Amino acid sequence: MAATLGRICGSKLLKSVPALNLQQANGLSTAKTWTNGQKKLVATIGALTGGVGALIYALEQSVEASGTEVHPPKMPWSHSGLISALDHSSVRRGYEVYKQVCSACHSMKYIAYRNLVGVTHTEAEAKAEAEGIMVRDGPDDAGNYYDRPGKLSDYFPSPYPNEEAARAANNGAYPPDLSYIVSARHGGEDYIFSLLTGYFDAPAGVVLREGQYFNPYFPGGAISMAQVLYNEVIEYQDGTPATQSQLAKDVATFLKWTSEPEHDVRKQMIIKVVGIMTFLAAITYYIKRHKWSALKSRKIFFVPKKD
Amino acid sequence: MKVIYNTLFKRTSTFAVVCIGSAFFFERALDVASESFFESVNKGKLWKDIKHKYE
Ligand code: HEC
Repeated sequence: MAATLGRICGSKLLKSVPALNLQQANGLSTAKTWTNGQKKLVATIGALTGGVGALIYALEQSVEASGTEVHPPKMPWSHSGLISALDHSSVRRGYEVYKQVCSACHSMKYIAYRNLVGVTHTEAEAKAEAEGIMVRDGPDDAGNYYDRPGKLSDYFPSPYPNEEAARAANNGAYPPDLSYIVSARHGGEDYIFSLLTGYFDAPAGVVLREGQYFNPYFPGGAISMAQVLYNEVIEYQDGTPATQSQLAKDVATFLKWTSEPEHDVRKQMIIKVVGIMTFLAAITYYIKRHKWSALKSRKIFFVPKKD
Repeated sequence: MKVIYNTLFKRTSTFAVVCIGSAFFFERALDVASESFFESVNKGKLWKDIKHKYE
């Protein structure tokens, strides 16, 4: 190890210019008083930590070649930079796609209309969106439940009253809630995009049951959601051509926002953190030099007793 | 330097005031600077850049 380091860094790193040489350092060591048992314990803890770390690293680095599913390619999302915000026009279009296509089968019960305000819609627009749904409320003065138009504080409506109803309507498959789907799937928004645009005719030898479709990105290949996005299935309010890949990109961006509503704030925080850490590092360096200057420039003389 | 030390840093009371006061202005400056940097890097993508279309 030391030899390798030495080769890489030249002699600079290992040369012992500082006042403390190895023998002195040895004199300062507290490990000499340890018992054998203590040394073994520390060695075991070290070996375990290193081993677990190596295992986690190896698992992370695995090529994932054991399954048959295709792994989604990385897309050049406009929000994937270290400090890149979400494209809010795209999030707004994605909401249109969700509302007009996906919401027929998928719930999104953790997102409320008020969350749209200042992100994709103005307050008046979000109110209008909310008023477009009916919400069961109650009980009123007479103890009855009643339906009323939605308010800003209402959550998005679910297409089915419960999971059983959802399964019954979809050949036994449950369309998952989409609120946090980008965080809940490997590959995140890349996966959503590839899944929505990746439908194929099943290749020879793949057997699909009734109501299943072939999608190589879905683990196992047989998915119970038919292809839902085609060119021009909906029309965008802002006039963007609604091609299949545009629809998939916009809805994936929208789902990214619902999964990570703090996305933009977090990225702005990176700038602040880098700024303040640079400043703190600079003064730490200065103060260290300041405090050590006396120690480094002092001279110690041995003055023998004269008698 | 001496003047600054004698009037501001020497006594704990004034020193504390200086700490709190400068923290306030430092924080404000950093916030404003990083926010405007963020907004200029992401120009056109943020809600504040597109909201005029909808109101
Ligand atoms: C016709 C009903 C229907 C529509 C419309 C629909 N889905 Fe699905 N979706 C399903 C069903 C059913 C499943 C469960 C599939 C399975 O488990 O085999 C599913 C599963 C999914 C999954 C999870 C896949 C996985 O890895 O488990 C995602 C993501 C998804 N849909 C996204 C969407 C998006 C985005 C839209 C709108 C563009 C949409 N769906 C529209 C019925 C639908």
